[in-house]
Amino acid sequence: MSPLVRSMLMVFGASVVGSFGMAFLKMGAGRLTKSIWSFLNARLVFGVVLFLGSSVLYVAGIKGGQLSVLYPMVSLGYIWGLLWAKIFFNEPLTKQKFAGLGLILLGVFFVGLGSQDQQPPAHATAAARQFQR
Amino acid sequence: MALVFSCTVLGALAQLLIKKGTTTITPDLTSILLNLPLIAGYSIYGINTLLMVLALKDGEMSMLYPIIALTYVWTTLLSYTILGEPSNLYKNIGIITIVLGVAVMGRGSRK
Repeated sequence: MSPLVRSMLMVFGASVVGSFGMAFLKMGAGRLTKSIWSFLNARLVFGVVLFLGSSVLYVAGIKGGQLSVLYPMVSLGYIWGLLWAKIFFNEPLTKQKFAGLGLILLGVFFVGLGSQDQQPPAHATAAARQFQR
Repeated sequence: MALVFSCTVLGALAQLLIKKGTTTITPDLTSILLNLPLIAGYSIYGINTLLMVLALKDGEMSMLYPIIALTYVWTTLLSYTILGEPSNLYKNIGIITIVLGVAVMGRGSRK
């Protein structure tokens, strides 16, 4: 497997895991009560764990470079998020949501294009070095 | 929606702080644990998650999640102003398109 495909798979995985993280945050948010301890409910905690897992995958994937491809790929998570919102929470998927999401994805794609000549963000490479050891 | 909006501003700020923090980093662990910008950056991420949860409590995930992309807009603007990175046509087109997308999403939610 070429390094780019490997990186793409990792970033793709990060987008899926991250979108599940968001869904679990939403489930957990529904269980909040007046007590501050309700923030420690299992769904919320699992959501945060998924976020952490997602960022580990993202950082590991992005150190392969090719930011112009990898950077916008994370925003694929918004598409999965839309699916989970429909499936798990029965939210209506309106035309505005699709149009808005389309524009946002296009915008992130352009930001990625503009990033292609640059090094990966310093924090990504520094963190990646930590994971390598 | 206002909650998520502040999340995106804070998120960009956190990224900037973390980037600042990593410039002085060395491989030894204490330099990471005592690195104030890094600690501040990650603390902001923590606060961000709490805000996001509060927003999700009453808001629609299908709308709030993509709005997080506004973070790209603030990050780009901060990198222009604070880090002094050169302005970039693709990035400018990108952030304008993202803002448009968020505006379209927002309109849909008011009905």
